[in-house]
Amino acid sequence: MIFRYCLQAKNVFFLGEQVFLIGPGAGIETCHMLRQEGRQGDRGRVLIELENVSYSYGGGQLLSDVSMQLAPGSFHFLTGPSGSGKTTLLKLCYGALAPTTGRLSVFGEDMGRLDRDQMAMMRRRIGVVHQDCRFLDHLTLAENVALPLLVSGRDPKGEEENLKELMQWVGLGPRAEAHPPELSGGERQRAALARAVILSPDIVLADEPTGNVDWDMSQRLLRLLGELNRMGKTVLVATHDLSLIRAAKSQVQARVLRISQRKLQLAGADL
Amino acid sequence: MIGALSRNLLKGDKRADRVVPPSGFTANLTLFVSGAMAFLAVFALALSLASGRVADRWASELARSATLRINAPAEQRAAQTEAALRVLRQTPGVAEARALTLEEQAALLAPWFGPDLPVDALPVPQLIEIIEDEPGYDPSGLRLRLSAEVPGAVLDDHGRWRRPLVDAANALRRLALISVLLIGGATAAMITLAAKASLAANAQVIEVLRLIGARDSFIAGAFVRRFTLRTLLGACAGTLFGMTAVLLLPGASEAGGFLTGIGFQGIGWVLPLLIPVTGAAVAFAATWVAARRKLKELS
Repeated sequence: MIFRYCLQAKNVFFLGEQVFLIGPGAGIETCHMLRQEGRQGDRGRVLIELENVSYSYGGGQLLSDVSMQLAPGSFHFLTGPSGSGKTTLLKLCYGALAPTTGRLSVFGEDMGRLDRDQMAMMRRRIGVVHQDCRFLDHLTLAENVALPLLVSGRDPKGEEENLKELMQWVGLGPRAEAHPPELSGGERQRAALARAVILSPDIVLADEPTGNVDWDMSQRLLRLLGELNRMGKTVLVATHDLSLIRAAKSQVQARVLRISQRKLQLAGADL
Repeated sequence: MIGALSRNLLKGDKRADRVVPPSGFTANLTLFVSGAMAFLAVFALALSLASGRVADRWASELARSATLRINAPAEQRAAQTEAALRVLRQTPGVAEARALTLEEQAALLAPWFGPDLPVDALPVPQLIEIIEDEPGYDPSGLRLRLSAEVPGAVLDDHGRWRRPLVDAANALRRLALISVLLIGGATAAMITLAAKASLAANAQVIEVLRLIGARDSFIAGAFVRRFTLRTLLGACAGTLFGMTAVLLLPGASEAGGFLTGIGFQGIGWVLPLLIPVTGAAVAFAATWVAARRKLKELS
């Protein structure tokens, strides 16, 4: 049922009964099929495109002449040393920052031309897992995860079943009524991932999703991200953890982008 | 956007309201201040209406009337009165001129000298009541002519002492109206401060909402609803207390004069009912502007 979230925005494919929950090792073929379909639907369309984008802040230039394309269904890692601008690049992608120079288009639209409401609409199609998760501490975990439904005008009550399944998918079913400060780092990251995908976005951006969790938990998060990618989602994960990238190679077909000296480069196949 | 906000406001949205954490104590402060402001507004309004009534009454009762006093020896009084009446009838702008009868003059003097005064035995001047026409006569021209033809006549234009009273009443009305406006402005300022404090305290919430795709109208709506409803509630209570207090004031009476006339009359009782609505509208606008400004700072 998790697919319902993942696919409905693309007005594709197998909604409802034909789609089944994918656990580890289950339903891979269905997934594969969906992915093919998803790609056909988006053929030739680049979701996020940066052309010669630079970003400067008061103290100087952080990113210079960055060009990048995120194609539908792709999986990218974004790596680089701390402070190299990974978070900034992600922020540029979801419009939290505007490029100093260059052109940035999302879903074929020039980001600089979007008005505030269009920006909100665009963000509903991009799920973001923030480094610090960004929860509202006075709401329960389930309410936090369902928040995008609420702000987009959908009735979270009508989607309770789906919400439950989503919480189970990230392994937080029993913690639904807990408040964010009561959660461990791994639980928070998984909840953030659930919130990022509840509106069935086309793109999932994750900023150091494994920053505060142990190895097992980071593997678990990586598996979830891999599952999303197999369902046709475009995924971009910023991380400085090279061993995570190596571990991912066996699960997904990922490209690695590296920020070095303010430039973005496609890293070689082996790390 | 304002339209969507007002619709949202009327519909109400418990879930969306939960998004902004409850503010506890400060909520009560907003309630209290809007209540106090509404209470004061009721009084200012009552004062303004009362002074307006007084000004109108004095202006209309005394307007367009004047008195001609004829101080003449007893034997000439009748002749001079006749002459004065003749002059007055020929004066353009005088609608009516009428010599007061002895009984009427006695009635005028009765409050001072008692009812048994032998007016006819005293050298009381003859009074002539003049009712002006539209657009009125020229008092200096009339005086000149009277001084030539009726040496004992003194024209007493009521405007001379009426005007300062009417002016005073009008000034009072203006002051009361300014007070109502100031109360409205102070309410707007207070709600703006409260809303700004709340927006600042919830900056994180607003940022998160914006990041997950909330439109400005959704975020502003959560705050606008909260402050508008609070102000409405407080102002309703304040107005109710204010109206009760005004109702309990002693009723208008001749003996009390102006002071006992403070209050509402007839349709005037509807006016204070507009205070909560106006207060809510002011809160709505103030919060909306504050929220809008805050949101502009975010992408």
